[in-house]
Amino acid sequence: MTHAADQRRGFVTVEIAGQLFGIAIERVREVFAPERITRVPLSGEEIAGVLNLRGRIVTAIDMRVRLGRPRSDPSATRMAIGVEKSHEDFALLVDRPGDVIEMDVSAIEPTPATLDKSWHVFVEGVYRLEDRLMLILDVDRAIGGDELADAA
Amino acid sequence: MDDLLKDFLTETAENLDLVESDFVRFETEPGNDKILGNIFRLVHTVKGACGFLGLARLEAVAHAAETLMGRFRSGAVATPEAVTLILSAIDRIKEIMADIERNGVEPNGDDEALIAELDRQAAAAVPPPPPAELTPEQKTEAALGRPLKPGEVSLDELERLFQEAAGPESVAPSAPPAPAANQNGGAPEPAKAAGEEGGKDQPSVANQSIRVGVDTLDRLMTMVSELVLTRNQLTDTVRKTGDETFQLPLQRLTHVTAELQEGVMKARMQPIGAAWRAFPRLVRDLSADLGKKIELVMEGGDAELDRQVLDLIKDPLTHMVRNCADHGLEGPAERVAARKSETGTIRLSAFHQGGYVIVEICDDGRGLNPDKIRKKAVANGLTTQAEAERMSDQQVYRFIFAPGFSTADKVTNVSGRGVGLDVVRANVELIGGSIDLKSAPGAGTTFIIRIPLTLAIISALTVVAGADAYAIPQLAVLELVHAGARGEHRIEKVGDARLLRLRDQLLPLVGLKSLLGGDSVEADFDDNALVVVAQSSDEAFGIVVDEVLHTEEIVVKPMASRLKHIPLFAGTTILGDGSVVLILDPNGLAQSVSETARDARVATSEEQSGKVGESSVVPMLVFRAGAGAPKAAPLALLTRLEMIESSKIEIADGRHVVQYRGSLMPLIRASDDLMLNQTGEQPLLVFSDDGRWVGLIVDEILDIVEERIEIGLGSSSIGTQGTAVIAGKATEILDVGYYLTLAFDDWLSRKDRMQETTPQTRILLVDDSSFFRNMLAPALTASGFRVTPVDGAAAAIALVQEGKTFDIVVSDIEMPEMDGFGLAAALRGEPATAQIPIVALSSLTAPEVIQRAYQSGFSDYVAKFDRPGLVATLNALSSDQRRAA
Repeated sequence: MTHAADQRRGFVTVEIAGQLFGIAIERVREVFAPERITRVPLSGEEIAGVLNLRGRIVTAIDMRVRLGRPRSDPSATRMAIGVEKSHEDFALLVDRPGDVIEMDVSAIEPTPATLDKSWHVFVEGVYRLEDRLMLILDVDRAIGGDELADAA
Repeated sequence: MDDLLKDFLTETAENLDLVESDFVRFETEPGNDKILGNIFRLVHTVKGACGFLGLARLEAVAHAAETLMGRFRSGAVATPEAVTLILSAIDRIKEIMADIERNGVEPNGDDEALIAELDRQAAAAVPPPPPAELTPEQKTEAALGRPLKPGEVSLDELERLFQEAAGPESVAPSAPPAPAANQNGGAPEPAKAAGEEGGKDQPSVANQSIRVGVDTLDRLMTMVSELVLTRNQLTDTVRKTGDETFQLPLQRLTHVTAELQEGVMKARMQPIGAAWRAFPRLVRDLSADLGKKIELVMEGGDAELDRQVLDLIKDPLTHMVRNCADHGLEGPAERVAARKSETGTIRLSAFHQGGYVIVEICDDGRGLNPDKIRKKAVANGLTTQAEAERMSDQQVYRFIFAPGFSTADKVTNVSGRGVGLDVVRANVELIGGSIDLKSAPGAGTTFIIRIPLTLAIISALTVVAGADAYAIPQLAVLELVHAGARGEHRIEKVGDARLLRLRDQLLPLVGLKSLLGGDSVEADFDDNALVVVAQSSDEAFGIVVDEVLHTEEIVVKPMASRLKHIPLFAGTTILGDGSVVLILDPNGLAQSVSETARDARVATSEEQSGKVGESSVVPMLVFRAGAGAPKAAPLALLTRLEMIESSKIEIADGRHVVQYRGSLMPLIRASDDLMLNQTGEQPLLVFSDDGRWVGLIVDEILDIVEERIEIGLGSSSIGTQGTAVIAGKATEILDVGYYLTLAFDDWLSRKDRMQETTPQTRILLVDDSSFFRNMLAPALTASGFRVTPVDGAAAAIALVQEGKTFDIVVSDIEMPEMDGFGLAAALRGEPATAQIPIVALSSLTAPEVIQRAYQSGFSDYVAKFDRPGLVATLNALSSDQRRAA
């Protein structure tokens, strides 16, 4: 591995409620179309439910709700980004996944103060693409479940 | 760590557990040669292996312990001090071993003190060599300085038995022989030795069994789970497509899978006794710590459980045993005072029942004190005073499972810190089990723990509520019933709560759709509701579902971390069609049973438990009058029961009357549709008051039952107070007051009753129970008092503060919010009522309660059902007042 490669990171881009997010590629296990999500009554608002991914039970999190945006139209096709936290499987439901991009770590800027306050906790930094901003998603906080994220 | 060392550790740990429990047994049965043989052999093996592996510390401690044990072999009496010392040596060995397991090397440390003490005891324990010409018994008696007691064995006898017992041939304390078998890490030495030397314990089994790593078994189990899933998937596909070609192979696959599953499960099974092994030692130590004599009896230790379950149940069981020893059993002096044997018994038993192992932990101690628990529960805010009084002892006992609940007066190092039973309960419920208890004052307490045999694969019933399917563990399902207007069982509505009337029970209902879907409750309860009757730890209850699909074996997967906090679900599973389904937790569902439903059901649960709180038992006379449900009236209100010849009933002035005790007694029919018998006899309930008599005509007197009356179902018709379940039947509770006024009506108008010159005494009647208000108000009115009934202390105080004047206050003691004591104290503080008589009316007649009543400001105390006594008291008080005025 060269020194230069060390300085570059790959991100899977996704769109959530019109905003572009980047998810660190090493966290992404797979991108899939979620089927038959089982609703879990009495669970948190952002929990879309649980689903079966090749024999594993996956907890699906609706990222639109997580980010305080309105739910999407139930008929809309959504995609799931499969991630893992503490040996448990999660699926982040996003509106649509985009390309995988690679960028120089030095190009990542700190989260601007102008960003929606409620989003600060979920964003690690921003990256300026040619035509738009990409927010880098903090996967662990997006999954939540620990006081840190919930308190924020 | 090399394999040899690992083997040594595993094997030694097991051996030590055995030694420990055997040793405690040996202490009580010093004549048992087999035990001594076992112990000696095991310790010797440990020592030998230590020497071989170069574990110097272990070897030294084991050696010193062995020397002392050797003295017992030579006939020294195993004193409790010596046994304690050896047990602490075993503890030390275990500590060192735990360290080796963690770090791979023997830790540094100093065992000099322990070894010196062992040596000292060993030196002290040497019996003097007996003269040769004496008989063995005489020799021993000489050594002991007293004759042999029954159960004791002479030295020679012991020596002979010891020689015959399985064990190493030569025992030279300074030269430990290294057992050959252990050098190769092969078959365990004890088994081999036993096999060679005629021990009957384990030879054949040992030769046919191999050690398998626990993780290997776990992995196998996971694979079998996956296989079951795949099989379910295939079955589902075939069911849908109806493809005949797969039928046969699928059947075989099902068969093989089932056998494989059973086989793997069996391999994971361990006798529950494995979790008990440490108990004899534990009880011995507790016995010493607490200064109590305790005997531990263990039965059914061979009942098998999945090892995962066994691991999880170990700590709760240990806690329960501690609890029995500390809280349950009394000290020797207290036991003797209670005419019990000085030695308390803790009995542990296990047996299979259905898919469960039932473990009972029973002590013959003092039993739980329901009143103490009631007080504590009220103090902790778990319930209200009134609630607590109403509950049966059985219900009250269950409070001890509430978090932070401990009735121990003093905190000991064993227990009493209030952490415990709630954790035990949580742990047991976590694995799908349940815990309950029975207790009888003075006779002891029994805890009953139901533990499922296995966790990984369970049989479950799939049900549908709304658009979603859920699984209910089959073990929790008692039955399925159709209920509602079109079903075979009725659903009763009490307030917002729904109850299922199932045979002689009223079961609270939970609507799954409304509970999980946020739909309105009505969505669940249409004309034909499908009810799954389920059992939680505490109670049976009904779950209303839309549809019941089928029962199948499911593989339980844990709930995701983000969802674990929802008490309604026990886990998730994947069905044959690939969909994820949530597994309902019956204990969690039971928690959501509304309080109203629980309250309304209290009366029923009393019958089931057969235990009724004495304080509020109301003997009821049950009778039939007219069509419809049987009726009941409090026996205490009745003066007598009569059978009157029908021909003697006359009609005068449009009313039924009968000549009774020299005057005409008015008769009232207990139901409008009651038809008088034309011939034969007519049963009458006779009420009397102040020399006047009223007869209530009924069809048939059925029974007298002792019941706590809990009028759950609201009153609809005039003359009834409501409906309660008595002896398993819905019974209308008669509003006696109503019927009495029907008769009093005519006699109140008779002028001679009233002393017109004296103003009526004004009585403020305070009772939270409408039943008693309705009963007493007319009765007191009939006796010439002017009664103002109110339903609680607050209302009473409000009336007094408004300026209403009363001559006498009559108040119940047990009332919610402010009780009678509080009311009396408050009224004494009001200028208007500071001086007037306040009469306490209560079913509590304990001297300390009466004492407290007088202290709070009551001027008199009358038992609740003593109506003539109350009237007499009130008459006396009012004439006093008149005289004073």
